Amino acid sequence: MANFEFVTSPAPTKDIKVGLGDGDLVKRSASTVSPPAKSLTPVAKLIDVSKCIGCKACEVACLEWNDKRTPVGINHGSYDNPLDLTPDMFTVMRFTEWVNPQSQNLEWLIRKDGCMHCEDPGCLKACPAPGAIVQYSNGIVDFDHDKCIGCGYCVKGCPFNIPRISQVDHKAYKCTLCSDRVAVGQGPACAHACPTHAIVFGTKDDMKKHADDRIKDLKSRGFANAGLYDPPGVGGTHVMYVLHHADQPQIYANLPKDPRISPIVELWKGMTKYAGLAAMGAFAVIGLVHHVVTGANRVSPEDEANAEKLTGGRR
Amino acid sequence: MTAYDVESGDQVHPGNPVTVDRYTAGARINHWITAVSLVLLALSGLALFTPALYFLTGLFGGGQWTRTIHPWIGVVLFVSFFGLFVRFWRANLWKAEDGTWMARLRDVLGGHEENLPEVGKYNAGQKVVFWAMSLLIIVLIVSGFAIWDQYFAQYTTIDQKRWAVLIHAVAAVTIICVWIVHVYAAIWVRGTINAMTKGRVTGGWAWRHHRKWLRELVGGKKPV
Repeated sequence: MANFEFVTSPAPTKDIKVGLGDGDLVKRSASTVSPPAKSLTPVAKLIDVSKCIGCKACEVACLEWNDKRTPVGINHGSYDNPLDLTPDMFTVMRFTEWVNPQSQNLEWLIRKDGCMHCEDPGCLKACPAPGAIVQYSNGIVDFDHDKCIGCGYCVKGCPFNIPRISQVDHKAYKCTLCSDRVAVGQGPACAHACPTHAIVFGTKDDMKKHADDRIKDLKSRGFANAGLYDPPGVGGTHVMYVLHHADQPQIYANLPKDPRISPIVELWKGMTKYAGLAAMGAFAVIGLVHHVVTGANRVSPEDEANAEKLTGGRR
Repeated sequence: MTAYDVESGDQVHPGNPVTVDRYTAGARINHWITAVSLVLLALSGLALFTPALYFLTGLFGGGQWTRTIHPWIGVVLFVSFFGLFVRFWRANLWKAEDGTWMARLRDVLGGHEENLPEVGKYNAGQKVVFWAMSLLIIVLIVSGFAIWDQYFAQYTTIDQKRWAVLIHAVAAVTIICVWIVHVYAAIWVRGTINAMTKGRVTGGWAWRHHRKWLRELVGGKKPV
């Protein structure tokens, strides 16, 4: 008789230290901030893909809490609806029908997609508007829509293809990790709504511990490659997945295997900026110095006389 | 020898001093629309290029307006510059004396005109500026469309947009440097700015800086 170890889910969310103010910022787009005197405990949302039943209660809860509505969609031949993230839809379930080559079993992989709240956020690095993207010391990456200019640089910075620009108000939108709820000690709406506790929220340490238990359980059930998705290329994330096949995250609707901020973006926001400013400054300075050293290049009276001679000296 | 570089409207008026018509009213208006566009593009672009210059968005009514208006000014510049290109390209074709002129850049910068070959309506430096601007403006408009997300977001992939934004930034920095050279040369070589404001230069200016062009005008060669 198989002896399964049943892991009791924690409560969907745990009380977290209250308060997300300007004093809690660790990163601010296009600005420098002094580190806060007291750091909040890092938080994380853990999405256990193996426990997700694809009911979309999280999508509904997200729409409810954020007071968004999306138009009624059409059936595309799969359960994906809406088909993609939109400025009004911060999370979507992505359904993949995958045949396991070892067992020949059809596995229905359902991944709740949305902002991963990277420790090293590419969106924030790319953003040109001071304060439009912020990161709190608990790890939440949030957009400040009053400061957003709608340029779409965050879209280019993001390794997960998450931000969407609204064609209505021309501002960028994504999952906030319910920062407004977390600020008053509540967990994200999606975690509260999840009937199987596939989505849980707490301190990042607690969530990793819970994930370890879940991974042990999955391994005991034959998922030898079960593991945690907390990609180091972006410094880890504050939204993590438990995957039954953590060795191949890309089978979960193209979840990137080793996400990192694109080197093109790093080059654009790094070297190009400094070298560009230096080059423009150098050209201006060289001009100034040249003028001081050489003096103006003036037409002489002889030049005028020569011109008159050439034109026949007619008066 | 055909007077490849005599443009329509170029004319010598003998007198004391001699005056030479260099740019028609149409060419001047065309030039200044391009110039104003380029300055506005540089200011609004630099505002989004580095946080240190983000305050420049204030000139355009804030960040949202800067983001909205920049690409439209780009379209104006492209169309306007195209007009300049049609007017000026033939006179900017590279000639044998341009290589000599370039090789003697030390004399150019030292103001020793006596050591330089006689040149036509444009010297090699002006030609480099002209062709650099032409090329960079094409690069900027193509890469610019790829990152004009308000209307064209769906036509490129995110990775293409990343390349486009990098190329756009590098080309923009380069064109600003070319622009600095262009403006500085116009200031340093006294009497030049009159060409683009009043449309005419003195005979002495033409003799000193574009003698071949002056000889062709005096020789009465018709523009081709």
